[in-house]
Amino acid sequence: MNWTSSLLWGFVSTIVLTTLMAGSQGMRLTRMNLPYMLGTIFTANRDRANVIGFGVHVMMGWLFSLFYIAAFHAWDRATWWLGASIGLVHAAFVLTAGMRLLPGMHPRMASEQQGPTVMRQLEPPGFLALNYGYQTPISVVVAHLAFGAILGAFYTLPAR
Amino acid sequence: MNAIQDYAVIGDCRSAALVARDGSIDWLCWPRFDSPSIFGRILDDRAGFWSLAPTTPFTVTRSYLENTNVLQTRVQTASGSVVLTDLMPVASEEQKRTLFLPDHEILRIVECERGEVEVQMRLEPRPGYARQQIRIRDTGALGIRVDMPHGLLALRTDMSVDGVADDGVRARMTLRSGQACYASLTFADDWPAVLPPLGAWSREAVRRSVAWWRDWAAHITYDGPARDAVVRSALVLKLLAYAPSGAVVAAPTTSLPERLGGDLNWDYRFCWLRDASLTVRALFGLGCVEEADAFISWLLHTTRLTRPELRILYDVHGNTPDDEETLAHFGGFRGSRPVRIGNAAAEQLQLDVYGEVIDAATHSVRTGATLDRETQRMLCGFGEYVCRHWNQPDEGIWEPRSGKGHNTHSRVLCWTALDRLLQLHEKGHLGHVPVRQFEETRERIRNEVQLRAWNVTRDSYVARLDGDGLDASLLLLAWYGFEDARSDRMRKTYARVQEHLGAGNGLLYRYRRTDSPGEGAFGICSFWGAEYLALGGGSIDEAEAAFARLCRYANDVGLFAEELDPQTGAALGNFPQAFTHVGLINAALSLARRRQGDRPVERAVPPRPPESRHPEARA
Repeated sequence: MNWTSSLLWGFVSTIVLTTLMAGSQGMRLTRMNLPYMLGTIFTANRDRANVIGFGVHVMMGWLFSLFYIAAFHAWDRATWWLGASIGLVHAAFVLTAGMRLLPGMHPRMASEQQGPTVMRQLEPPGFLALNYGYQTPISVVVAHLAFGAILGAFYTLPAR
Repeated sequence: MNAIQDYAVIGDCRSAALVARDGSIDWLCWPRFDSPSIFGRILDDRAGFWSLAPTTPFTVTRSYLENTNVLQTRVQTASGSVVLTDLMPVASEEQKRTLFLPDHEILRIVECERGEVEVQMRLEPRPGYARQQIRIRDTGALGIRVDMPHGLLALRTDMSVDGVADDGVRARMTLRSGQACYASLTFADDWPAVLPPLGAWSREAVRRSVAWWRDWAAHITYDGPARDAVVRSALVLKLLAYAPSGAVVAAPTTSLPERLGGDLNWDYRFCWLRDASLTVRALFGLGCVEEADAFISWLLHTTRLTRPELRILYDVHGNTPDDEETLAHFGGFRGSRPVRIGNAAAEQLQLDVYGEVIDAATHSVRTGATLDRETQRMLCGFGEYVCRHWNQPDEGIWEPRSGKGHNTHSRVLCWTALDRLLQLHEKGHLGHVPVRQFEETRERIRNEVQLRAWNVTRDSYVARLDGDGLDASLLLLAWYGFEDARSDRMRKTYARVQEHLGAGNGLLYRYRRTDSPGEGAFGICSFWGAEYLALGGGSIDEAEAAFARLCRYANDVGLFAEELDPQTGAALGNFPQAFTHVGLINAALSLARRRQGDRPVERAVPPRPPESRHPEARA
């Protein structure tokens, strides 16, 4: 495994994904804010949550990039469309299983069944994260396609 | 349709809502004061509202909880009585860091005091000035969601919802003595929404908000006549001060008419530089130093963006408002059309704003602030601009759309600008200043005003050079120190203004002009009349009597609009109006100082402390 390449492009693709999601939020296409959602697991302070969540999100991006790279090694090739394909599967997982699991794992997220409580007040994402806006799935898919495509296009498999 | 004075305002220093005596919220813009409306029924029956009221006929008394902007409406029916508490919850920065709170919320609590009362709630949001599509869904435990193109409204209530339709929500509940019901409406446009629980959490939000407002009001140092009215006015100013920037909007509404059925309908959800000096003096005078500093900081930051030219109005972040637009689908308040959003006056030339900004900065220096080098350069640049342009015609303080002229008030404010700059320089607060140029221009302006703005036939100062019209802004000549309030000329001018612009019972029109017939008496001008007496134009007793008469024109919760109908006392124009409340506060401050034997308006500039003096200031 080419560690330098994986660390570099794992970081770059995570930054691009975060930027695309933040851009979608800024353009009012979605209210989904993954750093904020991750950060509020640790603190109720919004400013601090954003900072903590950003760090966690970058680390998770790096971690997930290793799975992409493992797949490239398994196939013995890395192309933008292979990366994008994995990104599509990744996005589908995040939007379906990930979003469904989140209220159960997040200490400040309300459940759809019980509603908000003193401790749990954050709006849950719902199926396909549609609670955060009907264009949310598109934003998530586009961001993950870009994440995978960058990894596939720029990750360099070590020479045999 | 309710009258303007039937409304009370609630707010959270970012946005505001108008609550009618009948329990209907008929105006709300989220997330900012100048955002498109979500409830706009005050301007059109189809533009959205949120009502909460008994299902049977009722009578109402209401008031704010003491020293807060939390409204309580006591409703009596034949079968019992309930108390409706309305607020936009607020919290301290510390509480925001430790608690999970919604960005934007209106909280309504109904408590039954006696008997049994059935209450009904109707929510009909119409976002984007009723131009946007919405989708309403009942999501069970999470409440009712109103998906809008640019955000989410979430309604949570423990009332039984008996109808969710495409256009709104209906709910009702029968309360018996001791019972309560809750309704919370939150808005999220940026992040996942925070959905607050009801019951004890709601009561805690009320307690937190009451404590926050009272803690703020406790800083008001004023101890003079009509303290309650002054504190209420201060609370209005605080509510209208946009917390993230410190800007104070003129009013939270648009197009409430200055003349019923007429077209004098303007958008006031912006910040006018014209109001700067008077607002800053009011805030400093009350001891609201933090708010005054924040406002001056906004003022200086904003004016840097366009210097040395100044626009006359900006939005809360210092940007130029969007182009003026009329909402043709709105019927207007009691048929007063057009309904406008944006304000084309932004493009006008008002030379008085230079004097206002510089005088505001001078007020700040009087309270101990020092001017950094960049601000010194900027203020000096304004002075040079005034020297180049003071003799040009401008639209003047009242922003008529009828064209420019040589306005006396603008000339006097140009004089004020140079006079204050020279004072600041003399006391070491300004470094390099073209002293001779400023002194000569100041003198030329004074001579011209004394010569050409004094009408021998009228025996009075007049609104425009070489003219014969009168204008209530002439009363400010004494306020700015251009004339002594006791001078023969000022006394005669005051007498002519009362004679020609008096609307009875102490009220004053701002002017009598053919291009604005039928508008009401102007709130702040009336207070200028009382303050002129306090400045020395009359006795203390005369001043106090005039002030007390004017205070009685407030509505039942102490709020003023821009204007008043002299015949009925009804409020006219945008509501509540910061400028009118500023006039009330300043008149009260001048009265209190005069009563204490102090000079009503402080003019002296203290020397700059030697240790903070800039090298060039010593040169």
